[in-house]
Amino acid sequence: MKRTAFLIIGATAAFAAMATAGTTTPDDVTFDDYGAVSASLTGVAGDAANGRKLFANRKLGNCLACHQNNDYLEQSFHGEVGPSLDGAGDRWNEAELRGLVSNAKNTFEGTIMPAFYRTSGFYRNMEKFDGKSILSAQDVEDIVAYLLTLTE
Amino acid sequence: MIGSNLLRVASIASIATFAFGTTAANAQSLVINDEETMIIQAPAAAHLENMDEVFSGWNFRTVETQALQMDDFDNPGMIFVDQAIDQWDTVDGAAGESCGSCHEGGTAEFAGLRTVLPRWDEDAGGIQSMADYINECRTERMQAEAWTWSSSKMTAMTALIGLESRGMPVDVVIDGPAADAWELGKEIYYTRVGQLDMSCANCHEDNYDTMIRADHLSQGQINGFPSYRLKNAKLNSTHARFKGCMKNIRAKPFGEGSDEFRALELYVASRGNGLSVEGTSVRN
Ligand code: HEC
Ligand code: HEC
Ligand code: HEC
Repeated sequence: MKRTAFLIIGATAAFAAMATAGTTTPDDVTFDDYGAVSASLTGVAGDAANGRKLFANRKLGNCLACHQNNDYLEQSFHGEVGPSLDGAGDRWNEAELRGLVSNAKNTFEGTIMPAFYRTSGFYRNMEKFDGKSILSAQDVEDIVAYLLTLTE
Repeated sequence: MIGSNLLRVASIASIATFAFGTTAANAQSLVINDEETMIIQAPAAAHLENMDEVFSGWNFRTVETQALQMDDFDNPGMIFVDQAIDQWDTVDGAAGESCGSCHEGGTAEFAGLRTVLPRWDEDAGGIQSMADYINECRTERMQAEAWTWSSSKMTAMTALIGLESRGMPVDVVIDGPAADAWELGKEIYYTRVGQLDMSCANCHEDNYDTMIRADHLSQGQINGFPSYRLKNAKLNSTHARFKGCMKNIRAKPFGEGSDEFRALELYVASRGNGLSVEGTSVRN
């Protein structure tokens, strides 16, 4: 038991170190005038299958809370606060989607959609979230890869 | 970008159709015990710049939840009102008094009080809510311990006193000495907070009548408080509700009974001026 636990922790730490190496921190992300982010946040290709999971995870993406998505019919109660994401992969390119997920306020001024890759500029943030972004850089890449599969 | 704005318009149109469908399926008017008609829809107060009409949260609940509030025998919140009736005559504190020993006219003395609270109070030199008045009597007149805002005794007593105003329109005063607190409340209402970076208005003004996951967003009115929630099976104070909404957006909430929440309570109450006090509402 103990030995396995140790191995797993070791592996996670190594993976985390690897992932951090080429990662752009939230404050260093460069948005163009339309809110798009052309460079990958990690240099590691996004995993669409994992992105799909994050999409509905209430503690992470929670995108389904606000967006209808026909690729998620196994779950009921799709939100209506934002537009349906059916065909989002046709409407937006990868850089635009990366910008939208990282901080949609650069694309839609004053939007209710949270910035998922941002750590500064919050007011009365709960202490346990101080200095943390809602999603990790790789999570963002994974969700972007997933959104690109939403074509009609 | 222009393309996506068009889409946004299209999606608003489809939301409107859907939402209308939902509302149409639900009961149209709130009549309690077949005799007391509540005002659940009213023209917005003049100070509300972005809305024409205000709606009680009852409108946005499912038919099943709505029905629970239409008969006091079905309303689970009334169990707590019964407990408050017992509490009313219970002697507590060093002065050996009960509420009833001084307020000889019973709770009927308080008819209309709930409609004007919270309000500026000259003696207290600040905004006072129902809970403040109850605690003032407990600590200064009964020499008993104060009740915390969300304790079951406090929410039950506020429910009992509130019931005396059931059906009467909310009518809080926002000018004169109350103006500063009202402005503070308004500022809090429109300030984005927490890691999700949202304000009360983002959900309850810009997006009411849409679904956020399984929740049908209301205008976040407080005319129905204290409110029995099916979720936690108890009466909830306004301040506890504010706290819950702030925590959901990962914001550090203000304290229950803090000046900030009193100010916010005054401001939110004023957004519902014209809606009936619903006594003890039932929500999910
Ligand atoms: C609190 C609600 C909310 C949440 C949560 C949310 N969004 Fe959004 N999103 C919106 C709104 C509203 C818009 C429309 C922009 C506007 O007008 O503000 C939008 C727009 C978008 C768009 C562009 C829409 C289009 O035309 O295709 C994409 C893509 C998107 N969101 C993806 C996501 C993803 C992915 C997540 C989860 C990581 C997410 N959203 C979470 C509210 C939300
Ligand atoms: C020792 C006498 C006494 C006792 C006991 C007492 N009160 Fe009072 N209460 C008063 C007086 C005096 C006032 C002030 C009346 C006024 O300002 O018009 C008051 C005011 C109030 C008010 C505000 C009324 C208003 O219109 O502003 C409420 C509510 C109230 N009491 C509730 C209670 C409750 C509930 C209890 C029991 C927990 C209680 N009181 C116990 C004497 C008492
Ligand atoms: C992310 C969206 C969101 C934000 C932001 C938000 N709320 Fe809410 N609130 C909800 C939801 C969902 C409910 C439950 C359904 C409903 O009544 O809207 C709710 C319910 C309420 C209710 C109960 C309404 C009733 O009829 O019982 C009140 C009061 C309220 N909110 C006040 C506030 C205040 C004040 C703020 C700002 C501090 C706030 N909310 C911020 C989502 C939000």
